[in-house]
Amino acid sequence: NWYGIEPQHIMAVDGGHGVGGCDWDGRWNHVTKFLERPGPFTHPDFEPSAESLQFLLETCKILVIGAGGLGCELLKNLALSGFRIIHVVDMDTIDLSNLNRQFLFRPKDVGRPKAEVAANFINSRIPGCKVASRKCFSKMHQRKFHIIVCGLDSIIARRWMNGMLISLLSYEDGVLDPSSIIPLIDGGTEGFKGNARVILPGMTACIDCTLELYPPQINFPMCTIASMPRLPEHCIEYARILQWPKEKPFGDTSLDGDNPEHIEWVFERARKRAAEFNITGVTYRLTQGVVKRIIPAVASTNAVIAAACATEVFKIATSAYIPLNNYLVFNDVDGLYTYTFEAERKENCSACSQVPQDLQFPSSAKLQEVLQFLTESASLQMKSPAITTTLEGKNKTLYLQSVKSIEERTRPNLCKTLKELGLSDGQELAVADVTTPQTVLFKLNFTT
Amino acid sequence: MAATKASKEQKYDRQLRLWGDHGQEALENAHVCLINATATGTEILKNLVLPGIGAFTIVDGHTVSGEDVGNNFFLSNNSIGKNRAQAASELLQELNSDVSGNFVEESPNKLLDNNPEFFNRFTIVIGVHLPESTCLRLASVLWSASVPFLVCKCYGLIGYMRLAVEEHTVIESHPDNALEDLRLLQPFSELNNHIESYNLDSMDRKDHSHTPWVIIVAKHLEQWLSEHNSQPPKNYKEKEAFRQFIREGILKNDHGVPEDEENFEEAIKNVNTALNPTKIPSAVEDLFNSEACNNITSQTPSFWVMLRAVKEFAFREGNGSLPVRGTIPDMIADSQKFINLQNVYREKAMQDALAVSKHVECLLQSIGKPPESISDKDIKLFCKNSSFLRVVCCRSLAEEYSVDSVNKDEITSSMDNPDSEMVFYLMLRAVDRFYQLHSRYPGVYNYQVEDDISKLKLCVNSLLQEYSLNVNIKDDYIHEFCRYGAAEPHTVAAFLGGSAAQEAIKIISHQFVPFNNTFIYNAMSQTSATLQL
Repeated sequence: NWYGIEPQHIMAVDGGHGVGGCDWDGRWNHVTKFLERPGPFTHPDFEPSAESLQFLLETCKILVIGAGGLGCELLKNLALSGFRIIHVVDMDTIDLSNLNRQFLFRPKDVGRPKAEVAANFINSRIPGCKVASRKCFSKMHQRKFHIIVCGLDSIIARRWMNGMLISLLSYEDGVLDPSSIIPLIDGGTEGFKGNARVILPGMTACIDCTLELYPPQINFPMCTIASMPRLPEHCIEYARILQWPKEKPFGDTSLDGDNPEHIEWVFERARKRAAEFNITGVTYRLTQGVVKRIIPAVASTNAVIAAACATEVFKIATSAYIPLNNYLVFNDVDGLYTYTFEAERKENCSACSQVPQDLQFPSSAKLQEVLQFLTESASLQMKSPAITTTLEGKNKTLYLQSVKSIEERTRPNLCKTLKELGLSDGQELAVADVTTPQTVLFKLNFTT
Repeated sequence: MAATKASKEQKYDRQLRLWGDHGQEALENAHVCLINATATGTEILKNLVLPGIGAFTIVDGHTVSGEDVGNNFFLSNNSIGKNRAQAASELLQELNSDVSGNFVEESPNKLLDNNPEFFNRFTIVIGVHLPESTCLRLASVLWSASVPFLVCKCYGLIGYMRLAVEEHTVIESHPDNALEDLRLLQPFSELNNHIESYNLDSMDRKDHSHTPWVIIVAKHLEQWLSEHNSQPPKNYKEKEAFRQFIREGILKNDHGVPEDEENFEEAIKNVNTALNPTKIPSAVEDLFNSEACNNITSQTPSFWVMLRAVKEFAFREGNGSLPVRGTIPDMIADSQKFINLQNVYREKAMQDALAVSKHVECLLQSIGKPPESISDKDIKLFCKNSSFLRVVCCRSLAEEYSVDSVNKDEITSSMDNPDSEMVFYLMLRAVDRFYQLHSRYPGVYNYQVEDDISKLKLCVNSLLQEYSLNVNIKDDYIHEFCRYGAAEPHTVAAFLGGSAAQEAIKIISHQFVPFNNTFIYNAMSQTSATLQL
């Protein structure tokens, strides 16, 4: 079920300004100049017409993923650009710390679902706009959208979305059917930095093509945390990773970064440890930041990036101008800096190239090494890959982490060599992982 | 109802991590003036109200039109016909109850006529979509009153911002990639003593592998200097040799195979930056040589008093260097070795800051001010950031617009590329002329577009002629600007809204570095440029 205002049945009213009674004179003047007038910089496909506005208002469907810092801005921007059929998805609820930038939420909304509150606010502020909301979505829903815009805060989620859109592509005799392409506009921010990119799945660089642009998050080495702390952060991680599971201060509950009592406990323990080693700097704020992996955020950066994204949605929906090709970087720490470039497709991208991935290992390599490669390679960055293959006509799981019983059963395989496991040169391995909705096919290439 | 301190800390947590409690305090003491609640204006203000500025005042004499409501999140259609300042302030106020919202139903021209001092109370004035004459008038008043002025405009797919502040000092610029201050080429005596306390050759295996890379580099440098006539490794070849020299210091096992000593690998990796000479950055040298630094009076702001004190320090106790910063990066080492090393730098930094504060005291005394005028906390912060100090001085709008002082070079050299963002600056100037001449903007109505092209072209030519600018503006841009019809598409207004708000926050908080002085955003190509005009 979708939360939000149900589409009204609107009786056609003459006047030509949008759908029925909710429009007023001049409402769309700032938009129509770009739809009804020819110009020297428009897209080659652009044709000035009075019908383009109707397309925006009545037909064009946009999916917004995320109703947080970027999501709120995106909804506002789209609504004020003429888009009316908008769906927004977010599984989170509102937190007090969101309010410094997620302007569709108020203190009274804390605890309520973001998508629902955001949709309702937009619908009540922008007459005629019909934002529908949901906590999660399925592949089924993607097909009906003209354009998808992401304002996500996780790379895994981005890759998942990216993979989904790629899976919707249809090829005929190896040629991509353009009508199966759903453009994806992706925005991301962190403090005073941000980026916006346009992805035409199957045609331009996808998220995985440029995975190296997102370097893997670095965690502190365990030996540092366990026996050689130097920074206040090390002391905090000691309390979080080692002391909490051991002492179980609140019973069997896992550490909840949003629970002030939990943070207080970690803070106290971290302080004690720091004192032992003469380390200064453990504060409550730092503790919370480390435990929750908090990324600083302000309204301004989100406003800039969401604006750039929405501009691109408008361009693509109306052909008013040639869209961004294809990546914009923004940083306003020192003055304002933007850099625009064309990210290139990776020939053997594991997500969009349709080329089976090459795995080069000696036959004496252990399965553990293959697993390590899948997680540590900068271009794959898998989280907990499950590896299956076909042996003697039967499907065999070589290793799978996410189901305890299967993990236990297949764990011994990690120490076996590829040869011992019965794998041969050219063997296909199917790998499933949270970073990709479709299994990735790998081809084993024995080096010795 | 005012929020409790705790809930404010929670609400603002994500931004406090960027500008700290003192930055937030500066914001909460600020009173921002917005002139004209267009979409651009309200978007800018939204991004200031959300982070919690103390107060805002919207000055706007216009009444809300249907067109206004169409692109503005902070105007509703039942405010059509009402005064725009009042209507917008209601919906902006609603965003954050910590903020105090005010409005003045008056055009800025009227205020300038009747009460120009009105603007003196503001921390910053943001003028949006001001006609040229009003803008210049206001700029002159604000410049004399030393009130920072941020001019913003969104015209079609072009965003424009101009900052006019005579002198803006920044202690905390928070540079992205700051070089560490390790003083390895000129170790101070306490650092030297600390290095001497190590003997790499007589250490056990565990200690050897957990010695900080700074010590490793220092020890090897000592030897190198003695063998190379006191000359540190300078070029690539020498640095390579030095790296190899360090590599040879890695312990070997009984079979002669080098052990896994990550701290040595760190040392090798850091050779390049470790061997940077401790020089006073040229930007800081320039500040040392400036008039404000050398002519300290009772009117001198504390920034310059502290700078002068640091200059004195550098000349004397500092032996040609700035106060030691006191921070070191994390490095592989056992806790004790790291903390001890860190303390050496920390204590030296404290010592240097103390020496600087003595100079501050002297200076304050010489201008008849009590020593408490500048706190120890401020002096410490200043010393810690002494390598990163920045001062931004913008030219006034009067200078930009005067035929005698127009920045011809910047304009003509940019226009070597006729599609550079500079062309949009010139078109905006031409459009202003058009407005002055015809009391309207070009191409607002469909039937006007075609005829206005030649009219706008005349304005372009008269502009170029008046300033003797030998540049060529393609007809396409003139056509495009007529096509825009002074439209203010929301997404372009929103981009500028975020950009301008952050610049205002930089001015208010004196943290991070503002742009100098003109910013152009082109939403067609998603490119931008900063011009100094």
